Amino acid sequence: MAKSSLTYQELILRLQNFWAERGCVLQQPYDLEVGAGTMAPETFLRVLGPKEYKVAYLQPSRRPADGRYGENPNRLYKHTQLQVILKPPPQDVQELYLKSLEAIGIDLREHDIKFEEDNWESPTLGAWGIGWQVMLDGLEITQFTYFQQCGGVDLDPISAELTYGLERIAAFLQDVDSIYDIVWARDPQDPKKVFTYGDVRLADELQMSVYNFEAAKVEFLWKHLEMYEAECKELIAQFAAKQKERSAELNRFPLLGAYELCLKCSHLFNLLDARGAISVTERVGVIARIRQLAVGVAKAWVVQQSAREEKAESEGEPVAAGAAK
Amino acid sequence: MADFLLEIGCEEIPARMINGAREELARRVGELLTRERLAQKTILEPFSTPRRIAVLARGVAGSQPDAEEQVMGPATKVAFKDGQPQPPAHAFAKKVGLELSQIEKVSTPKGEYLSAKVVKKGRPAAEILSESLPKEIAALYWAKNMYWCPGKTSERFVRPVRWVVAMLGEQAVPVELFGTSAGRASEGHRILSSGTVKLDSPTAYAEKLQSAYVVASPAEREHRIRKALDAATRKVAGARWREDKELLETVVNLTEFPSVILGNFDPEFLSLPEEVLVTVMRDHQKYFAVEDANGKLAPHFLAVLNTSGDPQGLIQHGNERVLRARFNDARFFWNVDQKHSLRERSGWLKNVTFQKDLGSYFDKTRRVQGLASQICEWVCADDPKAIRSGVVHKGALLAKADLTTELVKEFTELQGIVGGLYARVQQLDESLPEATRMAIAEVIYDQYKPESMDDSVPRSIEGAVLSIADKADSIAGMFALGLIPSGSKDPFALRRQANGIVKIIAEHKLHVQISDIFRSAREQYQGSEAEKKFKSANFTADIETFFRERLEFYLRDVRGFAYDVVNAVLAAGADDIVDVIARAEAVSQVRGSEDFQAIGAAFKRIKNILRQANEKKIEPAEKFNASDATEDAEKKLGDVMARAKAALTEKKEDYVASLGEIAQVRQPVDTFFDKVMVMVDDAKVRANRLALLRDLLADFSTIADFSEIVAGK
Repeated sequence: MAKSSLTYQELILRLQNFWAERGCVLQQPYDLEVGAGTMAPETFLRVLGPKEYKVAYLQPSRRPADGRYGENPNRLYKHTQLQVILKPPPQDVQELYLKSLEAIGIDLREHDIKFEEDNWESPTLGAWGIGWQVMLDGLEITQFTYFQQCGGVDLDPISAELTYGLERIAAFLQDVDSIYDIVWARDPQDPKKVFTYGDVRLADELQMSVYNFEAAKVEFLWKHLEMYEAECKELIAQFAAKQKERSAELNRFPLLGAYELCLKCSHLFNLLDARGAISVTERVGVIARIRQLAVGVAKAWVVQQSAREEKAESEGEPVAAGAAK
Repeated sequence: MADFLLEIGCEEIPARMINGAREELARRVGELLTRERLAQKTILEPFSTPRRIAVLARGVAGSQPDAEEQVMGPATKVAFKDGQPQPPAHAFAKKVGLELSQIEKVSTPKGEYLSAKVVKKGRPAAEILSESLPKEIAALYWAKNMYWCPGKTSERFVRPVRWVVAMLGEQAVPVELFGTSAGRASEGHRILSSGTVKLDSPTAYAEKLQSAYVVASPAEREHRIRKALDAATRKVAGARWREDKELLETVVNLTEFPSVILGNFDPEFLSLPEEVLVTVMRDHQKYFAVEDANGKLAPHFLAVLNTSGDPQGLIQHGNERVLRARFNDARFFWNVDQKHSLRERSGWLKNVTFQKDLGSYFDKTRRVQGLASQICEWVCADDPKAIRSGVVHKGALLAKADLTTELVKEFTELQGIVGGLYARVQQLDESLPEATRMAIAEVIYDQYKPESMDDSVPRSIEGAVLSIADKADSIAGMFALGLIPSGSKDPFALRRQANGIVKIIAEHKLHVQISDIFRSAREQYQGSEAEKKFKSANFTADIETFFRERLEFYLRDVRGFAYDVVNAVLAAGADDIVDVIARAEAVSQVRGSEDFQAIGAAFKRIKNILRQANEKKIEPAEKFNASDATEDAEKKLGDVMARAKAALTEKKEDYVASLGEIAQVRQPVDTFFDKVMVMVDDAKVRANRLALLRDLLADFSTIADFSEIVAGK
């Protein structure tokens, strides 16, 4: 078996390069806990509204309930996604994606690739899309989605979202059975010197599993959830009031702050879930509460963006690409 | 005459939707061609792959034939005065583009009118097609559609359309679809071909695509896959691949150029239950399972690829790696799950939602236990040993516990089965004898059976009762909430569950009444939180209607009873399914006989007479009185009826014999109608005769409503 020499970090670099060369902004991972790359504002907020955008970023994604104390070779509490957003998707988006696989050393003629129906939905985000799981020799390596709705808002234009499961792809390329055996980095001076995924992350998986399943203080988690939620709601209400007054200051209103609070709530919900602290009756209710925050921020964001554009137009200024300063 | 080809090229269409769309497209094109008189009898050849649906229509006319049309003009008396043409005559001639001398006169019931034969020029096929095809294609049904073009008014389709081929003969038909102009260029296999495939003629379609590594005919792909599966399996001596129609259909629709590899897995995994291994292979990896000469699972699998082959074994290696990880996961879950017994887990069900308004699975467990106990009582009304109530009770307690296991969370389709497998290996209760434990395990294992009308029912009577109780509880809860299936809307698959109940009762021959089951099922909700959300006022009637439909479906489509027999027996009661079937069987036997054809006709007549009498407010006598009978035929009928009725009471549920008794009344009924007039002027005589007919109908319609029997079959 020809072993690929691509290390985990080389895989990441190649993919980032590939998408940078195709005009994507290379963003950094969002620095808050998220369950998936979709939740980072670079996806959740950018797909809203009419402005075109292309971005690629790595996103460590935390799913407390998926933790296995580092004992399961295929499961992680925190896995890493490479997220690409193409708004709008080019005609040849599928071919482009397949080229990215070639860029990481996969000769498509030697493999079996299939696009199998898999539609994506996130009730907490009020978001859904149509797409596929991309199967490479029977392994799901990417989720490919045409976003249709986000934060309860119908999207126009549509965005294509490509989510690469990096650990899986690396394990495939390196032909290892355990994620922890993936070679993360290799010393070019001394190729025998390697750092594996286990070297880098095992302690994280073990300790965070203990924290998520056993140690996290349920009472505090609830309190935090309530506080973050209250603050987020307050901000959304304030924005609505300003909007009514037709305030010229909409532009500087901290909706991004509100969105961070919403993300905090989502993560706290996941932690409570992992702790088994959410009863049947509560569960549906809490999901609805978080969706309300996400939808509130998304709708306000659309308003803020269009106000911003109007302002820029009337002042004859080019609209800056950055969403907020 | 030319051939017409239409191909819609898409990003990968979901496998489950392809067959329906392919057939619908062919049908729509065929109907369009006929409707527009472009072809009389079109020969349609449909094609599909994951990336296209297409249809080839042979023998399409280049344009519509010219049509002669008779156009009516003004009345002659308006158009001509004293034989001279008036302005309306000239106007009409001008309108139809003829000389006045070419105008005819025709007489109609309304008088004479001017008329003209006009030849309507046929339009070119290409023009009609480019106008109509977008509408036909937009109307295709997809279970789920999407937007991809900018603009909220843009059209939707199942997946983005990337190319369109529309050709009439060698010419491209100008069609615009989703911003794509149709042409003569198709696409070959994504990876194996060099891309664009230029088509010279519609009929060369399949052949051209074939050279670009696309087998456009699904039947041909199925044939190839079957052969490749056979060939790959031959590498293992004595082995066979497990036939799986559904899986085959899926892989046919996931590939454009299929081939098959045989892969292997570590025989050590065979220590896991076969159910788990097959589910992983089939449902998650779309692999065919392989069995040895004894029908036992062998450590191999077959994967269907969308490429020409795997000369280096890379694809095989990759698939083996994935399967190994999946099996390892399953084994890991199996082992982890054993740390907590089902018994322990049944308490955790408080945290698992059954339905948002119906509470948790813990609540459901309580209700199902109550209902199952009640059904047990009915089942052993005659024979206390008919059922082991303890097995049902314990089975119901543990039935849903597997929902908390890792294995079921991972492989949801194995719910029930996993519980059964765990119950087999776990010590449920120290005092339980081995045989009882196995019986409980089986009850849990079978609880979701039958999953379809082709699936078998639970093996034991205890399993049957639990399965009925579980399904009835769901149906009762949903109906009480007002969530009644309508049309294609049945998100909780209540019809399937009700079909299951009917099938179980029928096959286990359980003497239980549907109305009793649902009264009890509804009672289990009494005092619960869920009950506060109930709104249906017509619970009993709704359930009755719903089950009558299910039973009708079962009798007709599953058991094959004639529809008039089904209507006849259901009209005489639909609550006791075993009884309904016994009656249907008996009625089917006599349905074609002369006696019952005649009885059917007579009963219809009686119904009409009684209805008419009722409409005229003519009341029958309270009771038929033989001494008031004036005619012999009338007396005779009364006598025979009395005898037959007594015999019926005696024969009870021996319906064949009972029908023999009913047949006895045919002769006197016929004679009665020959000789006796019912609606005579004498009120007393008339009322007495009406009473006789009323009793006849009432007393002899307990097995079936014979007036429903259709004559002449």
